[in-house]
Amino acid sequence: MLGFADGSIALVFILCILSAVLCAVYGIANWNKGMETEKAQILEEADWQKKNDAIENDQ
Amino acid sequence: MQISFYTIAVVLVFLFVNVFLGWLGFKHTRTSQDYLLAGRGTHPVIMALSYGSTFISTSAIVGFGGLAANMGLGLLWLTFLNILVGIFIAFIFFGKRTRRMGHTLDAHTFPEFLSRRFDSPFIQGFIGLVIFIGMPLYAASVIKGGANFVQSYFGIPYNVSLLFFVSIVAIYVWMGGMKGVMYTDAFQGGIMFISMIALLIAAYALLGGVGQAHRSLTDLYANPAIQEDIAKSVKGGFQGWTSMPKAGSPMWWSLISTIVMGVGIGVLTQPQLVVRYMTVKSNRELNRAVFSGGIFIFAMTGVAFVVGALSNALFFRETGKIAISANGGVSDLIIPGFIRTFIPEWFGAIFLICMLAAAMSTLSSQFHTMGTAAGRDLFEKSFKGKGNTILITRFGILVAIVISTLIAWATTGLPQAEGVIAKFTTIFFEMTTASFLPLYVGALYFRNMPKAAAVGGMLSGFGTWFAWSFFIHANSSYFLLCKLFFGVDNLVAGTSAAWMSKIGTTLVALPVAVLVTVVLSLSSGRKTGISDAHLDKCFEGL
Repeated sequence: MLGFADGSIALVFILCILSAVLCAVYGIANWNKGMETEKAQILEEADWQKKNDAIENDQ
Repeated sequence: MQISFYTIAVVLVFLFVNVFLGWLGFKHTRTSQDYLLAGRGTHPVIMALSYGSTFISTSAIVGFGGLAANMGLGLLWLTFLNILVGIFIAFIFFGKRTRRMGHTLDAHTFPEFLSRRFDSPFIQGFIGLVIFIGMPLYAASVIKGGANFVQSYFGIPYNVSLLFFVSIVAIYVWMGGMKGVMYTDAFQGGIMFISMIALLIAAYALLGGVGQAHRSLTDLYANPAIQEDIAKSVKGGFQGWTSMPKAGSPMWWSLISTIVMGVGIGVLTQPQLVVRYMTVKSNRELNRAVFSGGIFIFAMTGVAFVVGALSNALFFRETGKIAISANGGVSDLIIPGFIRTFIPEWFGAIFLICMLAAAMSTLSSQFHTMGTAAGRDLFEKSFKGKGNTILITRFGILVAIVISTLIAWATTGLPQAEGVIAKFTTIFFEMTTASFLPLYVGALYFRNMPKAAAVGGMLSGFGTWFAWSFFIHANSSYFLLCKLFFGVDNLVAGTSAAWMSKIGTTLVALPVAVLVTVVLSLSSGRKTGISDAHLDKCFEGL
């Protein structure tokens, strides 16, 4: 199959393509899901980012 | 190949664009009043390219690509795990919880994250130390991958190419590359993506199309002209480039238990990648990054392994020899040799900057991780150091660069046929898997996991990894420790237990670590050694 001598190589060749497709489908299906809505969470992340920037800028 | 004006111009333009984008990103961060607006404006493709370019390096393309030329397309099982575990499971099941918990705990490094979750400064110090000592092996393999490419591309000695390559990377890191500016990483990821896709198209086109290319490779195995070249591999279990190695043979164990399992699972516990989850602004970005991340990794390791294997058919057509024989018996020179021989110079120069990009994006985050391990995790938090943490971190980065370069330089004394880059990368991935995976999973999903179980699992995993990697596994001979202490390549060589040296470290050390973690968890009753208030905080919003 596909010029391979071993069926398991054909299988993994296809699995690689399917797993990339799975990632693509998942990403598209959840494109707009997962936004932080609570203000407290957003502020907490802003605080984390500020501290992280300070750490990185120090180096 | 002569160093042409064109090649120099391409490299200079590449470096200039990097500096410009680095400056742009830096300026943008500085002048942004509200990081949230800036963050949410970041395109998810840019973010995924940034993650991918940190994940994939010259080690994957040159080192593991060369390995595919020797072992065949069975290495695609690693690509499958790279996508399924390294992107899908990593982002969805590890990334989202790590991001939330990391923000709640105000953690900024991987050791700090686990230490705060289990309320244990010892964890931070131990992981910091392990990273600082172990990661140079991985960084050395990335450096070696780049240096091997430059060596082959320009036809110069390895020592000269190593110096040239490290100089460029070191300047980049010191100029601010370690800040991990997304635009720079994404630009490098974009170059890598385009180069690898072009490489795949070129390889298939040169062999007359997808099916015909695979058939050529299948037929090559039976060709009488190469039987002498593959005799040793066949003895080890090799059954052709489009077949899996013989089940239970040394090559099969090496492929499945060491390479596929070691690197395929180990990606979950890479300190420089875990930190990336915490830098995204919401789960939405992680969802979107799954889309481009999966495609990117497919185009990186998938292409490198397919081209690595196919290079045998092309080298045979051109030279009458298989890839390893046509490249002086050095596995890590096969991909560079393929580019030099079969790719026109105008594209070879583009691929040269692809290699620079692949190394720079990974090395900058590795050196950054090693620097913070020395400065923030070890000096500041574990030793309660009151001195100048920034200075210690910078010194740590400098020491890490020097040690990694020395290791890359010393590899010339090792046997080259089996791929030094892949071995060094794998051993680091095996270490992080055995030492950190049980406590990382516990940190995210098992609220009542006791501190003692986390520490016990980590120490037993690390101990077993060390003992197996340096005294039992067939690769022990590379590290000379066993030879130094006991005068033999490994402790089971020549005994009735010699078969044990084939078994990959992950297959032994991870179960030991999991077992110790579970036993200590069960034997501790309900006592976690961590206050309920702290645990409530850890799992807030989860």
